[in-house]
Formats: sequence, structure tokens, C-alpha cells
Amino acid sequence: MIVIRALKDVGSYFLMLRRVFSGFTKASVLRELVFKEINDLILGSLGIVSFISFFVGGVIAIQTALNLENPLIPKSLIGFATRQSMILEFAPTFISIIMAGKMGSFITSSIGSMRVTEQIDALDVMGINSLNYLVFPKVVALMLYPFVIALAMFLGIFGGFLAGVYGGFVSPGEFVTGLQDSFDPFHLTYAFIKTFIFAFILATVPSWQGYFMKGGALEVGKASTNSFVWTSVLIILMNYIVTSLLLS
Amino acid sequence: MIRVENIHKSFGEHEVLKGISTVFEKGRTNLIIGASGSGKTVLLKCLLGLFQPEVGKIFYGDKAIQKMDDDEKRKLREDIGMLFQGGALFDSMTIEENVMFPLRMFTNRKKSEMLERVNEVLARVNLQGVNNKYPAEISGGMQKRVSIARAIVNKPHYLFCDEPNSGLDPNTATVIDNLIQEITKEYNITTVVVSHDMNSVMEIGESIVLLKNGLLVWEGSNKDIFKSDNKDVIDFVYSSDLFKKIRDVQLKEG
Repeated sequence: MIVIRALKDVGSYFLMLRRVFSGFTKASVLRELVFKEINDLILGSLGIVSFISFFVGGVIAIQTALNLENPLIPKSLIGFATRQSMILEFAPTFISIIMAGKMGSFITSSIGSMRVTEQIDALDVMGINSLNYLVFPKVVALMLYPFVIALAMFLGIFGGFLAGVYGGFVSPGEFVTGLQDSFDPFHLTYAFIKTFIFAFILATVPSWQGYFMKGGALEVGKASTNSFVWTSVLIILMNYIVTSLLLS
Repeated sequence: MIRVENIHKSFGEHEVLKGISTVFEKGRTNLIIGASGSGKTVLLKCLLGLFQPEVGKIFYGDKAIQKMDDDEKRKLREDIGMLFQGGALFDSMTIEENVMFPLRMFTNRKKSEMLERVNEVLARVNLQGVNNKYPAEISGGMQKRVSIARAIVNKPHYLFCDEPNSGLDPNTATVIDNLIQEITKEYNITTVVVSHDMNSVMEIGESIVLLKNGLLVWEGSNKDIFKSDNKDVIDFVYSSDLFKKIRDVQLKEG
């Protein structure tokens, strides 16, 4: 029974995607919708992403410093560890999971409320492909999501630098040496490839949860919770798959 | 004109519509009435193409909706105005943007021309000075009027109203009923109203179909409904004990 339900869910998700990328809304209207979504989803997330990244970068630097007991291990490792943690995992994956909560619940609740108040029916009755109208602009807007992640990487490393240097754990020169040590540019490519995949998941899974919800206000809340769970699970799974394919 | 032929619609094992056939005439307000669960809204959603009936056909003019290709269906939808039970106004848009929405989606008019038309229909539904307000900032009755304005802004040939009076006080309900009837005559459109409100039946019921358990049990007008001997009509019209007593007294007095 659970398997059949899961298969039905997967089926409805892919059928939804087919409708998202067909029956396009008028270009001039679509352009305005995309700008609105960029404002709501991308610009609206910058504050929280900056705050979290900056302080987590600082914490990574301090924790690495406090675990360096062997005098043979260079202090530059603090910069190296901060860079690797931020670029490979924290910025792309954990910021995305945080965004699954912030952005995802916003998307699910806004589309779910439109479902409850018949606004989606109104679009359908007018002959507008409601899925394209509602979801496609979110997908386009979230193609700017890698810029958010790039900012998270930069601020995380900067936070680590300030915490390490002003906490007296490492000199600026040692930290920068660590940052440059064994740098593999492919790690950035890997991080941004998975960021694009997570962006697509962040735009479509919460939309799917909101669009197909049934019931009233209580169910909108439940759909938002489900949306966070499904989005997080998919991000973690895709993280494992992409890492296996690109790094191992 | 909309013609419905032998519509059957089920949800799982439960058959909601059991062979409905009727005609909704142009230039008249056609009411679909019945108790809750009788299949009124399902019939309306079949007419709108939101539900696909398993059996039967729905004709808009001479063409069956089932035989229309995607382009024809899209054109038909552009020709339909809909007043939803809750108004279904887009709450992220102002009143002006809501009413302008169908024009922006389906026409290539200049903004000044669209604005002129928006103000014209808002004036028609007796709403002025609310252009820049949001739906949450106006009353339920005003929201219904905005919804009517949005429904007629693109001059549709078909107007559908789902429980237009729900949640309104009797005076406002009458205003909305009269507005729907006036617009029907003025634009000479085919209007279909789903209602269970007896006031609406008496105010605007030029053509009425009564549904019960998914069957069409009576057809007539507001002039015939009180004279009808049909048991289902009597049960619906005189559903309250007070009305039943009034009817008993009337019958005794001949």
C-alpha cells in the first residue's frame, strides 16, 4: 500500500513537471512573475543565509582550531578546513535544507492557500495553465540560487577568517595559506552542479505539495510540513548520488 | 446557449451525476438548485470543463466540449466569466490588478485602454475608489462585486456563478442577484447560477433546474415553483417547519 502510494506521488510529481513546462503564460506577464519570485525567494533569503553562513564559518574555524593538539599539524589547516567545509557541504547542502524550511514552506503555503480559496480554479477556468503560471517563474527565479550559495561560501569563509584571526587561533597569513592549499577548482564545479539540482528541487517539490493539497487551512499547515520533509529527504538523497558520481 | 446531454459523473464508487440533460438558454439567468450534496457544483464544474464526465456531452452552441481541440477549449475558456463562492480574488493583487488580469492575459491592449475598461466595469458593479485596495481590505459583498467585474471585464458570452450569495446578508445578496440578472440582460449572455438560496430563486430564477441525489427532478421558472405539486420541489421550497405550516394554512384556505 505504501509502495503504491509512493509510486502515485512520484507519478503525480512528474506529470506536474510536464505541465509546468508546457502551455506557457504570456511572456510579458511571465517576466513580471519571475521578477516577483526573484524578490520573494532569492532576495528575501539573503539576510538569513548571510547570518547563518557567517557564524557557522566562524564556528568551523574555532572548532578546528580547538582540535589541533598536535604541534606538527600547521595552523593553516584552520583555513583549509573552513574552505572545504563551506564549499563542499555547508553552503550547497545545509543552506539548501534551511531553505527547504524557509522558502519551501513559503511556496507550499502560498500555493496551498490559493488552492483552498479557489484562486487556482479561477486560473484554470480562465484557460490559464495554472502550473506554468505558478511554478515555472519559481523554477526560473531559482536558477539564481547559486548566487545565494556563492555568497554563503564567501561569508562563511570570511566569518571563519574573522573568528580564527580575532580569536587568536591563527594568523591572517596562515589562514590565507590554508585557503589556497590544495585548492581543486572542480570542487566549486561540483558544489554548483548540486546547487542547481537542489534549486530545482526547492522550486518544484514544495509547489507540488501545495498544488495538490486537499482540504482547508489545517491541511495547508500539514502540506508545509510534508513539503519540508520531502524536500529535505530529496536534497540529502541527491547530495549522496551526486557526490558518488562526481567525487568518488 | 449550453446544452447538456445525459451527463454521468462518478468519484470512485459514488455516482454524483446520474444522467442530467437540460438546456441553459442565452440571455437568461439559469439556476441550478438543490440541497447540499445533490450534485450542483459537480455539474457546474463539468460545464466549466474542470471535471470530465464519464458519459454524456456538453454543447457550447453547436460544438461539444469533448470534441474541441486544445485551441478551441482555450478560446472557449477566454469566453467564460466565473464568479466563485468565495470570490477567488488573487490576494496578492490590488482590486485594479485583479479586474485587469483577464485583459492582460488575453488581449494586447495598452495599459490606458485596460484601465479605462477596468474603471468602466467597476463603475458598472457600483464600486469606485477601491482600485488600489487589496481584497482583504474590502467587505465580502464588495469582493463579490469585484469578482463579477473581473468575470465580465473581457465581455464573455458565458457567466457562471457558484453560490454567489453565500456569506452575505440578505440585502447585499439581493444586490448581487440583481446585478447578475442585469448583466445577463445587458450583455445578452448565458448565465448559470448554482444556488440553494430561495431568495435567489425568487429574484432571478427565470429558468430553474432542481437536482436531487444526482438526478434532475424538476425544471421550470420562479413563476411555477410555488404552484408545483412535485414532491421534491415542495420538500426543497418548504424545507423549514415554518414554511411547511404556512403551506398547510394556505392549502386549508384554498
